[in-house]
Amino acid sequence: MERSPSSVGGNENLNNETLSKLSKKAREYIIRMVYEAKSGHPGGSLSIIDILIYLYYNEMNIDPTNQNYEDRDRLIMSKGHASPALYTTLALRGFFPQELLMGFRKINSKLEGHVHRGVPGVETSTGSLGQGLGIGLGMALAGRLDHRNYRVFVILGDGEIEEGNVWETLMGANKYKVSNLIAILDRNRVQLDDMTENVMPMGDIASKVRSFGWDTMEFNGHDFNEIRKAFEFANQKRDGPVFLIANTIKGKGVSYMENTAKYHGSPPANQEEFEKAIKEIRDL
Amino acid sequence: MVSESLREKYGEMLVELGAKHPEIVVLDADLSSSTKTQAFGKKFPDRFFNMGISEQSMVTAAAGLALSGKKAFVSTFAVFLTRTYEQIRQSVCYNNIDVKFVVTHPGITVGEDGATHQIIEDTGIMCGLPNMRVIVPADSIEVSSVMHHLVEKTKTPYYVRLSREKFPVVNDSDYKFREGRNTVLRDGSDLTIFSNGAMVGLALQAAEELKAQAIDAAVINVSSMKPLDRENIVKYAKSTGHIVTAEEHSIFNGLGSRVAEVVSEEYPVHVYRIGMRDTFGKSGKSWELFDYFHMGVKDIVEAGIKCFQKEDDYEAVS
Ligand SMILES: Cc1ncc(C[n+]2csc(CCOP(=O)(O)OP(=O)(O)O)c2C)c(N)n1
Repeated sequence: MERSPSSVGGNENLNNETLSKLSKKAREYIIRMVYEAKSGHPGGSLSIIDILIYLYYNEMNIDPTNQNYEDRDRLIMSKGHASPALYTTLALRGFFPQELLMGFRKINSKLEGHVHRGVPGVETSTGSLGQGLGIGLGMALAGRLDHRNYRVFVILGDGEIEEGNVWETLMGANKYKVSNLIAILDRNRVQLDDMTENVMPMGDIASKVRSFGWDTMEFNGHDFNEIRKAFEFANQKRDGPVFLIANTIKGKGVSYMENTAKYHGSPPANQEEFEKAIKEIRDL
Repeated sequence: MVSESLREKYGEMLVELGAKHPEIVVLDADLSSSTKTQAFGKKFPDRFFNMGISEQSMVTAAAGLALSGKKAFVSTFAVFLTRTYEQIRQSVCYNNIDVKFVVTHPGITVGEDGATHQIIEDTGIMCGLPNMRVIVPADSIEVSSVMHHLVEKTKTPYYVRLSREKFPVVNDSDYKFREGRNTVLRDGSDLTIFSNGAMVGLALQAAEELKAQAIDAAVINVSSMKPLDRENIVKYAKSTGHIVTAEEHSIFNGLGSRVAEVVSEEYPVHVYRIGMRDTFGKSGKSWELFDYFHMGVKDIVEAGIKCFQKEDDYEAVS
């Protein structure tokens, strides 16, 4: 199946400068949300945000004014703790008002701590790791059965892929040759307890995944030129699934959050840290 | 009352008992900083296995270790252990081996992480497994006594549920956990509140408020959910005639169900169950959530008062 962007839906084709501005705005929201909630996961949100912004503005066929049209591309945030990044992107893109973002994790808000299907634009709830790729396979199979042209994007964490469920689906997607399934690995090399290499050495992920029958490509997940190339690669005509490996930095944009597990699931510890984070993001 | 963390105590006890018992091994799945097994890992790196985010691998490896003479403590968040339910069933419980599941972050005291993490059906799942024994400690003193019990006296599967929040210390400092035995924390003649875990502190507060309504309520800690202290439950059904149960869990297949099973077989009395009423949790501050889900002190008090009203508006869930 040729994956050409369909005419329906919003594909804004923004230039790098505009994308960078949006990313900065999103990063600021991410920090504000977790600081206001006094909980949440900034590290893995900051590592994936550039890719999300690119997908929702330049790549995916979506329509915020007609959110559930049947041919829309689907995105599954399998690492559901990166909810601040997904919620922010959806709000910026017009799926729901940005004012709602500050209700994140509060009792009277729909913005559940982990990605929740009750939020406009969210395709499936996630939060228990390792399940999203299988859900993506199911959606891809349904799209093929229904002769629909949509693609399914699944965002995975590099700690997350330690789950057996992921490797079971890597086998299944190859068996069924779903060419409309695109996995994106947020390879930030840090998980919850420690560096991924210390918790579970993953070795050469690209060659492992290739040996399961997937096409792969590695790219810099913070560089919009490289992100663009990665999705051009994904869109080439092929007869099986694609696994894109985004080399990223956990906590990207806030110096004290970068490359550490300390801010995996903790907000800025105090007002001073909060202000430092906002300043650094504005100076990016 | 001072409040203390149950999981911190668990981590300390692993280190203390690990020094005396070389057969202890500990497995975690990338949550050791939250479950507090990290301290054991630092002290005894050779006997600590961080299996990565691979709970099924963790549980089956624990089975292998136990089948080879080790006493395996397995920790992660309660909700993520349940994805290995079937491994627990086949490889651990059917083999009837020395694996101790000590899990953290169950129920609504998880707070902001929300519904995905707030498991409210786990004790039901675990009590259903033959050979599995289930303990829900009420405070840090109970955790240390339970740990001695598990290490010194047992060689079969256990499930121990430790909430995320600190809980008020309700037991005396010389308290000894006895399997299959309830603890009467406050005696009473009109009504009995059976509770465990997070709800014990709330039940004690409720009993105090009920006193003002001239209702003399007993508060009993049912930390040993399986085996259950049938004798004590029947005794209080007879002596007080009214029962309220309070648990940080679904009212299905939990403490309330277990108590109702016993009294319906041996001495039927009306049982009001306080707990999650067939609903998922949600994000919020943990103590706000108790009120939101009608599981707060006020709700226990109301249930107590309803026991003495002829017509009640108690809404059953089926
Ligand atoms: C099944 C399951 N086990 C454990 C957890 C707890 N947990 C949440 S995030 C996380 C680490 C995830 O690391 P990674 O996938 O690398 O995410 P990122 O670094 O991109 O945030 C863990 C262990 C979970 N959410 N689900």
